Amino acid sequence: MQVTHDRAPARRRPGEPLVARLACLAVQPVLARVVRRIAARHPSLFARLGPHQATDFLIDPVELPFALHLRPDPEALVFRAVPRDAAPQAGATIRGKFMLLLELVDAEEDGDAAFFSRDLEVTGDTEAVVRLRNALDDMDGSLAEETAAMFGPPGRAILAQLRRGYLTETERQEAP
Amino acid sequence: MSLAELICPAGTPAALRTAVDAGADAVYCGFQDATNARNFPGLNFTPDELQDAVVYAHMRGAKVLLALNTYPPAGRVDLWREAADAGARIGVDAFIVADMGVADYIARTHPQVRLHLSVQAAASSPEAIRYYCDNFGVKRVVLPRILTIAEIRELRKEIPCEIETFIFGNHGLMVEGRCSLTNYLTGQSTNMDGVCSPASDVEYVRGADGSLSSQLAGFTIDRFGADEKAGYPTICKGRYAAPHRPEGYYAFEEPVSLNLSRLLPELIEAGVHAFKIEGRQRSKSYVRNVVAAFRAAVDDIRAGREANIADLVALTEGQKQTQGAFETKKWR
Repeated sequence: MQVTHDRAPARRRPGEPLVARLACLAVQPVLARVVRRIAARHPSLFARLGPHQATDFLIDPVELPFALHLRPDPEALVFRAVPRDAAPQAGATIRGKFMLLLELVDAEEDGDAAFFSRDLEVTGDTEAVVRLRNALDDMDGSLAEETAAMFGPPGRAILAQLRRGYLTETERQEAP
Repeated sequence: MSLAELICPAGTPAALRTAVDAGADAVYCGFQDATNARNFPGLNFTPDELQDAVVYAHMRGAKVLLALNTYPPAGRVDLWREAADAGARIGVDAFIVADMGVADYIARTHPQVRLHLSVQAAASSPEAIRYYCDNFGVKRVVLPRILTIAEIRELRKEIPCEIETFIFGNHGLMVEGRCSLTNYLTGQSTNMDGVCSPASDVEYVRGADGSLSSQLAGFTIDRFGADEKAGYPTICKGRYAAPHRPEGYYAFEEPVSLNLSRLLPELIEAGVHAFKIEGRQRSKSYVRNVVAAFRAAVDDIRAGREANIADLVALTEGQKQTQGAFETKKWR
């Protein structure tokens, strides 16, 4: 299963910075809750990160109005939404469509294959990205489903809708 | 008909469980150090993790093979001996070795554990393979990916051990165990440090035109156009300009993966005992999809049915696949 996605948009639409800031404010409580829960349920994740627990990762879902800043330090976890024009200097950046990134975390897609197809873009410290990938890949269960379950039936319904949309897009791209 | 065991990769405990659940007959893995050829950051097993993994696999009828397939530099052999001792204590089903000193130590110290000869030993002649069998009790050889099926069939008649061949994944054709290209640029050795193109020396640079440059230790080894598929950042698969090819060309190998799904019946008929899937550095998704596809194919063949294997091209390097030398020496 492979999808060819558009590249990251080079131009910003009018009003986008304001939308980005409002979106960040809206999702931040969710992100904080998600990352605390993951850290509590998957403590072994941090050992595989080694020295890169202190690295700042910028995860850039290209179609969303904001990026995600992750610093996987178990003593001082950071996972927050940031407007792209206010993103911190990152040690490593991972860029792709939101659902592709989510499917990679859940091991539903293969990171190397997404890199080969150019759907996934990595810049900065490659070792940091490799460590993060391996740490996440050693997690059992579905991060997406765990997160959705935190929000009950509405959360599960949203995830199911996102996955249907991703599948539809995949099938459309693969059609002859 | 040979057993056609399916030997599957695992870089993490979760990947090992995935491989077993997807139908692996055996899973190969390594410790988090230079004793194996996939010594990548954040990958591999601690001794405690391997212990749990062996229990998980054995309870489900699968074997665990421990890769100790790098070459100890002088003065550092203790790391390999300690790894072998740990593997024997944990109860792995076989060691995969390349170095004669490591093979000798295991043969003398842990004679109850099977020895498999790694592809890193690059043993492809009957004489070389017999030497390992006679002197260290090697029970299986993993053949380099340079032989045709006809050559494997002939080889089988002249050696006293089982044959394992790669059927999917990396199409590494450099003389394995001897390649020093990474060492030349980074100072780290594929064969002694266990890492080809260490991630700490790799950088991807995005061009304003959408292109992607792969750099190793500051040297650009390939540049992919905006719509071009990419490959691994290894020197052997780099694209270089030369006086006779100023446009740039793949001087050694191309970004392409081996896929022998169509040749499985012939390989079985030639006497291959085990099929190996490459990719300990790959994700659970890769492991699940590739192992399940080949499990179904091998089961079909064993049952006398025609194997209808799933399309795996999306998981291949550069999204290209080849049957390589197994089909013909002229594959390029």
